[in-house]
Amino acid sequence: MKVSAHWLSEWVESPLSVDALAQRLTMAGLEVDGIAPAAKPMSGIFVAKVLDVTPHPDADRLACCSVDVGLESPVDVVCGAPNVRAGLTVAYAAPGASLPDGRTITNAVVRGVSSAGMLCSAAELALSDDASGLIELADDGPVGALLGDYLELDDVVLDIDLTPNRGDCLSILGVAREVAVLSNRALAEIVVEPISASVEVRLAIDIEQRQSCPRYAGRVIKSVNAAAPTPQNIKERLRRAGVRSISAIVDVTNYVMLELGQPMHGFDLARLSGGIIVRNGTDGETLELLDGQNIELTADTLVIADHDKAVALAGVMGGAATGVELTSTDIFLESAYFDPITLAGVARRYRLHTDASHRFERGVDFSGQERAIERATAMILDICGGEAGPTVVAQEKSALPRREPIRFRPSEVSRLIGIEVSAAQATQYLQYLGCDITKSEEELSVIAPNFRFDLEIEADILEEIARLVGYDNIPASLPSAGMNLQAVENTHEQYEQIRQTLITQGYFEAVTYSFIDSESDHFVEPTRSPQILSNPISADMSTMRTSMWPGLIRAAHYNLNRQAENVRFFELGMIFERTDDGLDQRHVLSGISLGELVPEQWGEASRKIDYYDVKQDVIKVMQSLKLANFSTLASSDAALHPGQSAALLLGGDPIGKIGVLHPRTARYFDLEKTAVVFEIELDILPSGRLPAFSPISKFPSVRRDISLVLPEGVSAANVLGSVQQAAGDLLRDLQLFDEYRGQGIDSDKKSLTIGLIFQSLSSTLTDEEIEETMKRVLLQVHDDFGGTLRK
Amino acid sequence: MSDTDKIVESAESAAKIAESLDELDLVRVKYLGKKGILTEQLKNLGKLPPDERPQAGQSINIAKKQVAAAIDDRKQQLEAELLELSLANERIDVTLPGRGLPVGRAHPISQTLARIEKLFVNWGFEVCDGPEIEDDYHNFEALNIPAHHPARAMHDTFYFGDGTLLRTHTSPVQVRVMETRQPPLRIIAPGRVYRCDYDQTHSPMFHQVEGFLIDEHVTMGDLKGVLQAFLRLFFDDENLQMRFRPSYFPFTEPSAEVDIKLESEHGVSDWLEVLGCGMVHPKVLANVGIDADRYNGFAFGLGVERLAMLRFGVNDLRLFFENDLQFLRQF
Repeated sequence: MKVSAHWLSEWVESPLSVDALAQRLTMAGLEVDGIAPAAKPMSGIFVAKVLDVTPHPDADRLACCSVDVGLESPVDVVCGAPNVRAGLTVAYAAPGASLPDGRTITNAVVRGVSSAGMLCSAAELALSDDASGLIELADDGPVGALLGDYLELDDVVLDIDLTPNRGDCLSILGVAREVAVLSNRALAEIVVEPISASVEVRLAIDIEQRQSCPRYAGRVIKSVNAAAPTPQNIKERLRRAGVRSISAIVDVTNYVMLELGQPMHGFDLARLSGGIIVRNGTDGETLELLDGQNIELTADTLVIADHDKAVALAGVMGGAATGVELTSTDIFLESAYFDPITLAGVARRYRLHTDASHRFERGVDFSGQERAIERATAMILDICGGEAGPTVVAQEKSALPRREPIRFRPSEVSRLIGIEVSAAQATQYLQYLGCDITKSEEELSVIAPNFRFDLEIEADILEEIARLVGYDNIPASLPSAGMNLQAVENTHEQYEQIRQTLITQGYFEAVTYSFIDSESDHFVEPTRSPQILSNPISADMSTMRTSMWPGLIRAAHYNLNRQAENVRFFELGMIFERTDDGLDQRHVLSGISLGELVPEQWGEASRKIDYYDVKQDVIKVMQSLKLANFSTLASSDAALHPGQSAALLLGGDPIGKIGVLHPRTARYFDLEKTAVVFEIELDILPSGRLPAFSPISKFPSVRRDISLVLPEGVSAANVLGSVQQAAGDLLRDLQLFDEYRGQGIDSDKKSLTIGLIFQSLSSTLTDEEIEETMKRVLLQVHDDFGGTLRK
Repeated sequence: MSDTDKIVESAESAAKIAESLDELDLVRVKYLGKKGILTEQLKNLGKLPPDERPQAGQSINIAKKQVAAAIDDRKQQLEAELLELSLANERIDVTLPGRGLPVGRAHPISQTLARIEKLFVNWGFEVCDGPEIEDDYHNFEALNIPAHHPARAMHDTFYFGDGTLLRTHTSPVQVRVMETRQPPLRIIAPGRVYRCDYDQTHSPMFHQVEGFLIDEHVTMGDLKGVLQAFLRLFFDDENLQMRFRPSYFPFTEPSAEVDIKLESEHGVSDWLEVLGCGMVHPKVLANVGIDADRYNGFAFGLGVERLAMLRFGVNDLRLFFENDLQFLRQF
């Protein structure tokens, strides 16, 4: 809401400076976003009148004008504007004048004729974008006066960012009411005298939808000059409010809306047939709106219709076929009250948002229709002439909003706000706001004014009191609230632990979008069914991710394109999957790692990150979470290399997956380096093993290494499992420290070298005990896999 | 000068000029070895008359000690020289870079969240989670935002075909917690939220922390006190300027927005809006079955990106979601 300080001052004289007023409004909940001057700086511009126009001797399009600029004798000015004519009141830039764009006007010779200054267009004065001709000022404009004084260009415009509950402030009147309360001044309410009818012409008004439209005021004005120009001061006020000037009658309806908050509409009477009917649309009915858009109406859309057709989308926008035009002679003015709930969402459904719908949705004063129509009538008669008919009001009083008494206990102010306000003070505040107060013992009964739609319950009244006292005057305190201790919730600590572990491993945390393109999501997770957005920002952000891998791969790609040598990313977040049971949204940890194991550095040969490096990163995460019994099992996944991918298991249950990206996947994402990715389901992770102490042996440990020759297909995990089982209780630790293929080993075989560390809690182990155990181990490996001792 | 003294003198000078431990050992052998000069003299004591023997023995033993001491001195000297030499050879350039893997970083948003969580957890708040795909009831209805409420226009909502939506704020967690638990409650709920708005200053995905406290006798003064303490600690500024400005949220009444002024080398900023808050609306309490006559409380919502931008001086919201290592490495 843009509010001209001058316009506002017609309604209330505030003792505050503009800056102080803006501050006060902001601190009362009407946030002033900005204060802008009404016009750009200019000087030496005067009101002037063209006395005589003669053609330029050497140029068809130029005219030589004799202009009364308020001096003793007229000056000669050359002008090329098409609308220059004798009698026109214009803006004149005298030699030495400076224009808003910084130009300085000098005496000039135009095609051999001297010109003392320049006549200006509105665009040259930065008052509108109209550069088609000279600005046309009112005929009685004070010739010789400074234009800035005449048009009050020293005005400033407050840009107020109103919250949706304060629809009552969407007008000069509304803001003035607030200013009056805040500065403890009376509202200088402008008295609107009713215009009595000079012709007995009426248009019948029939409200079918009385709940949606409890009140509709209308009036015919005959024989208007709709082409009359809008006076510059009205245009100026519209401009400062951010509203374009269109034609005199439309400008007047907009002016009244801006001033009083009541949206209005002007119809061309000749194009209305029969009378006005406020009804619902019918399915299939169409309406061409003023903006040229053709909309299809439905049975729940409230429309204004005549006896043949819909003529306006009620409370939103008029129809193109019946609006006032410059050629209209008889008009019909509408000033109605529409129910906010009925209108809520209608404009949005048609992708419209108008000044009218904005106000009706928030609620307009339901007793202000006649005042608005009288105000508009007076202005139209003044500007366009004409004969007004009587104001006709159709209404259903029982459907008008009710203002129920609100019980208000002043003691609640101290209980909920923390300040003391007496009943007398509270009463005064509320009366300033226009409320009716009835007092009883300990409480007040408050009836909100017709223009307020946000005062319904006691809490609403509390807010008004707090707002007027000023939030700054509420003392800060600390709650003495009781505590309700809960069991330790491990989730967030787990996440923090995961973060720290991976960061130590050189990983960076990424935050990628939760919605991605459906194609790449499907490419990576063809078996997970995604949830699709109905109104995505773009196709690239249309599908809730069922995997974080596409986002992480793209983040890696982005950095490789920026010369990164190695990239390690992880993300903690949610993935979303449609299942037979509905929707599964769950937390996962995903990661990607590619490039060099360590950054290029002296004294250290680098190598590429491979599966085992990343597997170790995952193991470290598990260890840091104190999760035991972690293992991997070869498995296949659409996005991963078939020979280098595994399921992650915890105690035998799957908790995720890891693997090298399938070359096909890498190619799909244009990734030129081999990447290892992982995904861990966090919601199913147990909360970690409670560390259980086991005694430490005082006896020395003994180590034995064995090299086993095994068939190629046997997995290391199985061999280690078998060895561990056979070795029994004396085995304290087990380390696989070599995998070998090649010379000395058959081509379908491989060799694994394992170190076994034995230790007893109760004695020093003897060679016999160890030899016995090693024999058992070898026998077991032979039985299980056909493994033999390497020669 | 006796013979013994001469021997000692020549042994001492031989030890002094020995250039290495090997040479020094030859000196030792020559004088003190099994067939060394002084050893031989001891052996020859028997040839002396008995009354001269003690005197001569004593002086030979003294000479042996003197020679041994001279050799030992030289030995220590030579060893010290050797050690010095080898230490000099082992000198490295201590300014060469260290080796190995540099650490990564938590995302600045996570770091900011962690800081917020830590402050509130210290004050006895619990951290709770909620779903990101929400239903209309929890995101809007229960929070006193009925269908077509003008406030919905402030929430450009992403919808799914089945009527669910992406939560537009973390406030639904408030409803979900209160549906299942009774006061007293002190909760914060951090997480991702989504709005259908994308330009230089808006991301369709961002982070919020919802916080609320419900109990008997909670005042708006308490809300001010808690947020004031929070903001001062968060920005590490005991004198942080802030103001509470009336505003509007359907789920709080009264509602406020909090603005702060930050100081930097460029001077003091204008008022910057950092959060919205208010006293929980009685209708919200009624919707979750909490007795609004007995309990009340406050709620607030923090924009995490905004706080992170102010704290770290980041000037473009979009940087948080580009995952550029050059950016992430700075935190």
